[in-house]
Amino acid sequence: MASSFTRLISGRNKAILLAGLGAGTMATGFLLSESGSLSAEAKTKLYPPSSDYPDLRKHNNCMASALTPAIYAKLRDKVTPNNWTLDQSIQTGVDNPGHPFIKTVGCVAGDEESYEVFSDLFTPVIIDRHNGYDPKTMKHPTDLDASKITNGIFDENYVLSSRVRTGRSIRGLSLPPACSRAERREVERVVVTALAGLKGDLAGRYYSLGDMTEQEQQQLIDDHFLFDKPVSPLLTCAFMARDWPDARGIWHNNEKTFLIWINEEDHTRVISMEKGGNMKRVFERFCRGLKQVEHLIQERGWEFMWNENLGYILTCPSNLGTGLRAGVHVRLPKLSKDARFSKILDNLRLQKRGTGGVDTAATGDTFDISNNDRLGKSEVELVQLLVDGVNYLIDCEKKLEKGQDIKVPAPVPQFKK
Amino acid sequence: MAKNCHNDYKMKFSLDDEYPDLSLHNNHMAKVLNKEIYGKLRGKSTPSGFTLDDVIQTGVDNPGHPFIMTVGCVAGDEESYEVFKDLLDPVISDRHGGYKPTDKHKTDLNFENLKGGDDLDPNYVLSSRVRTGRSIKGFTLPPHNSRGERRAIEKLSIEALSSLEGEFKGKYYPLTGMTDAEQEQLIADHFLFDKPVSPLLTCAGMARDWPDGRGIWHNDNKTFLVWVNEEDHLRVISMQKGGNMKEVFRRFCVGLQKIEEIFKKHNHGFMWNEHLGYILTCPSNLGTGLRGGVHVKLPKLSTHAKFEEILTRLRLQKRGTGGVDTASVGGVFDISNADRLGSSEVYQVQLVVDGVKLMVEMEKKLEKGESIDGMIPAQK
Repeated sequence: MASSFTRLISGRNKAILLAGLGAGTMATGFLLSESGSLSAEAKTKLYPPSSDYPDLRKHNNCMASALTPAIYAKLRDKVTPNNWTLDQSIQTGVDNPGHPFIKTVGCVAGDEESYEVFSDLFTPVIIDRHNGYDPKTMKHPTDLDASKITNGIFDENYVLSSRVRTGRSIRGLSLPPACSRAERREVERVVVTALAGLKGDLAGRYYSLGDMTEQEQQQLIDDHFLFDKPVSPLLTCAFMARDWPDARGIWHNNEKTFLIWINEEDHTRVISMEKGGNMKRVFERFCRGLKQVEHLIQERGWEFMWNENLGYILTCPSNLGTGLRAGVHVRLPKLSKDARFSKILDNLRLQKRGTGGVDTAATGDTFDISNNDRLGKSEVELVQLLVDGVNYLIDCEKKLEKGQDIKVPAPVPQFKK
Repeated sequence: MAKNCHNDYKMKFSLDDEYPDLSLHNNHMAKVLNKEIYGKLRGKSTPSGFTLDDVIQTGVDNPGHPFIMTVGCVAGDEESYEVFKDLLDPVISDRHGGYKPTDKHKTDLNFENLKGGDDLDPNYVLSSRVRTGRSIKGFTLPPHNSRGERRAIEKLSIEALSSLEGEFKGKYYPLTGMTDAEQEQLIADHFLFDKPVSPLLTCAGMARDWPDGRGIWHNDNKTFLVWVNEEDHLRVISMQKGGNMKEVFRRFCVGLQKIEEIFKKHNHGFMWNEHLGYILTCPSNLGTGLRGGVHVKLPKLSTHAKFEEILTRLRLQKRGTGGVDTASVGGVFDISNADRLGSSEVYQVQLVVDGVKLMVEMEKKLEKGESIDGMIPAQK
């Protein structure tokens, strides 16, 4: 490194010194009459934060709402201990102005420390996205005791399948937007080694995306397990598809009811699912599996990223807290045509999606119904909300079948003042 | 700001753990890169913070096509070609016909040196066009530049271009805030460039902050056009209907030289050196960065068994009329020079002029049912 650099920088030492002294335009003129580009340090002085502040006038995402020129100026030159910057965090939000109806988040964390170093941005984003939850003053409850769930078995005339998912990050390794190939491979190694220790109904195997056979690939597609290289610009502009498919893969148990994605949008995504309406059993397996995986990585000196204000730390601020989406595929032919359907969902803190997942439309009368919230309520609370909510929806459907009227329920309390 | 500038942090991981998996790859970078070169270069960084991983990311993310050999690496600034020469020199050699690190590139933008070119048969040659790129000294390149730099490049470009007069007098249309009417007109004129969708470009970071700092300038006559901040700082295009390549090239050379004078006055000349010629983002465009070509009707010749061989011998390439990666429509092809580095602008445009003239004569012979075997040229 030294030899090629001395050749390059010897003529510019004076220039860089002058820039360092803040000699302004004179230094600029001198610098630019030299042979090449500015050094990173000189650039910082020549381009003040105002010259770099993004044009967010057409933008509608949480980052654009929160990022003032003052906050940008304060944070632009900071770096996390892994050298992740603000510009990298917000790139996805700058590149994707958003949809007039859907408010995307528009920023990602590159590592655990991002949420602290850039908290002047992330805190208002979190408050906005999570209905008033303030990580500076509030504590997030974690509760993975599935035995507390009541009424968790749904009428299978209506509920076709049940599923719970979350994400977990391995502390000490950078997140998907920032990780190097070595870090990503280390995540894969740590997780796959731990999963090999699962036994009984959780025993299973790993399929690396790069090494899988065509047959294995087809089977995983048929099981609805396979994830693909991200095409959404929300993810690609956040650098999450780099080096694809290196160190990406899918692990699932032999019974195909417990599934883990490695190195997609988060270090891991953990999914428990089955056909039918036994959400209680799905959640029970979810909690048991998560705890066992955690134990297995701890045996080797690793742990999940977690703190008492943000709960589990994940790449996207929208998934902080529990990172939990519990949902069902449910048939609601009559209720879905009722004008009050959206309001009922809102008040129950539920959201609807098509059965292809986020951004898909519903086909026929079958909907994916899941919890809206992630942060500020525990896993048990959120799953119970989902359970109570889905039971309420089924009840409405049954009432409409009998020609009876339905009521819009009172809204579940939130944090907003 | 520097992207991926946590190089020092990455150095704590082993070479083997960081080395990319290139086993399925077919691009120039993947053919050249090995652990030794990676080991030597991974700790380096240009003064502005561009690293080896930044250079190769696009080639890692895009394994390539079994038939088309993409380059698979980009420069982030002028210094990239020096700091990462252990990778880029062999890539340049592979891509540019064995060009050596000691070779010198000749620049010749003296349009009077072009012979002929004003008599290509307009019954066959529908349009003529010459394009090149230019990078502005003192700024980093599109894969790496910050919003502040990109805006400064745009500002400087607008100043330079608005001072042009006579046949070059024109107007700038920034992509941000373009009206629908302006946009439709630019599309109808075939001038508008869009946000890159090709992963070759997006994986290299060139579409960041779109459309901030991007725009199109063209003269009132619609024969001279400049793209600002697309794949390069500037892309300069001279074009017109018909076969008068001589006129197109004259306007190209004159316009370029006028623009260069103005940039130099602002202490921001073009990036150039005597080994690599004009410095551009993609190593494939070094040297002249010039693609001179025509849209020409060759329905018979294009189906002749020796068509590809004739093109190769003439040092020409064919594309569809939609540009790179498109198919030809109705026997009309885009024929242009294949070379960029190691020969001058005049030489490359001369190849196009002479080669197209010959191919039109071949087409006419084939129309009459005559053989063209006696006309097959020697390798240029």
